[in-house]
Amino acid sequence: MIRDFFRVMEVNLTTGKTNIIELPGRGEYLGGAGLAARLFEKFGFIDRDWDDPEQPVIFAIGPLTGYFPLMSKTCCAFRSPYHNQYTESYAGGKSALSLRFANLDALVVTGKAKRLTALCVGSRRVETRDVEYMRGFDAIHTGRVLRKIFPGSGRRSILRIGPAGENLSAYACINVDTFRHFGRLGGGTAMGIKNLKAICILGDRGFDLPEGKAYPKLYKHIFEQLTTTEMMAKYHGLGTAVNINPLNELKSLPWKNLQQTSSPNAGGISGETFADDTLLRNAACAGCPVGCIHVGFVREQFQTNNQYLYRQVGYDYEPIFSCGGMLEVTDAPQVLRILDVIEKEGLDCMSTGVALAWATEALEKGVISEKETEVKLTWGDAETYMQAVERLGRPTNDFYKLLAQGTLKCAEHYGGADFACVLGQEMAGYATGEVFFVSEGLGFRHSHLDSGGYAYDQKHEDKDVTKALDFLVNDERERIVLNCMVGCLFSRGVYKDDLLAEALESVGYGVHNESVADIGHRVQKLRWRLRLRMGYRPDQAKIPKRYSEITTWKGPLDTEYMEALRTGYAARILEMGAPLEEDD
Amino acid sequence: MKVLRAARMERCIGCHSCSLACARQVHKFLSWNKAGIRISSAGGLSTGFEARVCLACSPAPCAEACPTGSLIQRRDGGVIQKKKLCIRCGKCAEACPVDAIFLDHLVNPYVCIHCGQCVPFCPHDCLELVDLPKREQTEGGSDD
Ligand code: SF4
Ligand code: SF4
Ligand code: SF4
Repeated sequence: MIRDFFRVMEVNLTTGKTNIIELPGRGEYLGGAGLAARLFEKFGFIDRDWDDPEQPVIFAIGPLTGYFPLMSKTCCAFRSPYHNQYTESYAGGKSALSLRFANLDALVVTGKAKRLTALCVGSRRVETRDVEYMRGFDAIHTGRVLRKIFPGSGRRSILRIGPAGENLSAYACINVDTFRHFGRLGGGTAMGIKNLKAICILGDRGFDLPEGKAYPKLYKHIFEQLTTTEMMAKYHGLGTAVNINPLNELKSLPWKNLQQTSSPNAGGISGETFADDTLLRNAACAGCPVGCIHVGFVREQFQTNNQYLYRQVGYDYEPIFSCGGMLEVTDAPQVLRILDVIEKEGLDCMSTGVALAWATEALEKGVISEKETEVKLTWGDAETYMQAVERLGRPTNDFYKLLAQGTLKCAEHYGGADFACVLGQEMAGYATGEVFFVSEGLGFRHSHLDSGGYAYDQKHEDKDVTKALDFLVNDERERIVLNCMVGCLFSRGVYKDDLLAEALESVGYGVHNESVADIGHRVQKLRWRLRLRMGYRPDQAKIPKRYSEITTWKGPLDTEYMEALRTGYAARILEMGAPLEEDD
Repeated sequence: MKVLRAARMERCIGCHSCSLACARQVHKFLSWNKAGIRISSAGGLSTGFEARVCLACSPAPCAEACPTGSLIQRRDGGVIQKKKLCIRCGKCAEACPVDAIFLDHLVNPYVCIHCGQCVPFCPHDCLELVDLPKREQTEGGSDD
């Protein structure tokens, strides 16, 4: 055990002051999602909007970060510019280990810098730099320059935003170490409003290990499990892109703005095609031997006479669904080219792809015209989509400005809300059915990762509302435990509650901990409380009409079942997030 | 005697499993620096990874620079480390031509001792423990 309390660094960009705070609560909140929520209670403001300079952006790791493999993620929490409520996003890269080795359990950034600024923190360093000259730099270029101005090559993590974050798009992401992202719900914007272009975290310390044999033995055991099980082989092999073909066969692949749930052309963007035609290599988050990051390449002729350039672009299932299938771009290299522009602009690729899919259909239906879109968005036309992405990152007119605030916000103004594929935010790539739509539509982060609703749909033909809701609530609770550890969710088949308890014990956190399940339960309620207090009304959450028009492997969507799930899940959420009884 | 070779670094995924294993098992630390092998990107992740690891020189400039005998020459190349003798002058790291010795903030040196404990933790088989070819006993004995 490094310490039984949380060591938190608060950097206030307004005052330039840094604080080191020691906070109790390891046994009650573990870290990660639990710690972030605790820190938001402490530093955040329920009664002020997301763009108030004092709202914090929080990065938190867990008690096992660095101690065990795949404990390799960081939880980023903030008040979201997308819906103005509390949210979290997760990313790996080297961020988690850098924080661990910077001797921090969390970094909290408050205040707002006067000019564009980069922050560098480490175990023996806090430094801010004026980087006003980087205004408008894309995320890749920003990374390149930062590597030159800050020390620590090989043992640091570089978090940065692109133009979209500076321009306050509601779904700008934070790029982490080139190939990872705090993707969803506008983390990049939360940094942008602070004039914070980048954070460099130096992992420049080490820690003594626990004495005795239990820890090394358990490490070996877990390492073997994680490097040999079949489940992990999937993430390493084709990567999550492997999902394209099976989802297509199941009629569960969102296609052409969900006008279809399968396509005979899906093979052009399948995991197999990407691997055969574009895969350059694998990469991994620090501390993760699985290596699920797939880096593809695109080559482009920029001049006649055989003048080529090439770029490396990370891909995964979600980016392929959103910028491939949803836009009916069915050529793998073309998908990568769109992703490359999204990467540079610093946008969330899922929201971007789905927003452009809506815009394409809206243009087709005459809801909007080329006066708004400026370019003629056409299914499958990668060139035009690339131009539109740039307009989202650096809005050229009111239409793009609004679309960059979210598809539904745009649809409310121009019309076309019926076919907006928005489930709390632009959807994830699972048209699996009622349970998933309700799960993402109402869920805490509006993410497919809040709970496995998509998996439930694929396995259950029965329509037992109570059973489905029990599943959503319990699965969420289990995932929260892993999110408090900030372990990679891909490892959830291995890191069950019992093994986590054993791992905590082996590094000295065992004695004062209650069961991890109880902690998960506590954090689940705390997070919902925070969201509800910021105005979330799950009972008023809508599932757009498009979702009731589709057909999956189970047949046409059952709207009655979906409505029962929706009201039932909303009630459960209201119950979980009920205010604590005041002690008056 | 065997030496560690980072023979297939083109395969490296940057997981740091090797350095974390060395830190854990050899140096009893949780760290990605306090280790005999350190992984860095060759200039951003799109250029692949490099390993900072001892090349097992013979004679070893680091051992020659060490004033106390804390680093002593291994028979086939590389060094054996006697931590107790180290006065933390940092001369070894200065002398190493390939930056294979890491000095922590207290100037404690960390260097590969060619034990091979990292090898089984590399999921991509980048590392191997090999026998060095026997060296000529006398200088200039080879005419090829
Ligand atoms: S540490 Fe450096 S100088 Fe010493 S033997 Fe290894 S490579 Fe040579
Ligand atoms: S061979 Fe031994 S000392 Fe060298 S890097 Fe590997 S584990 Fe560390
Ligand atoms: S364990 Fe292998 S793949 Fe991982 S960083 Fe080390 S050399 Fe690279």
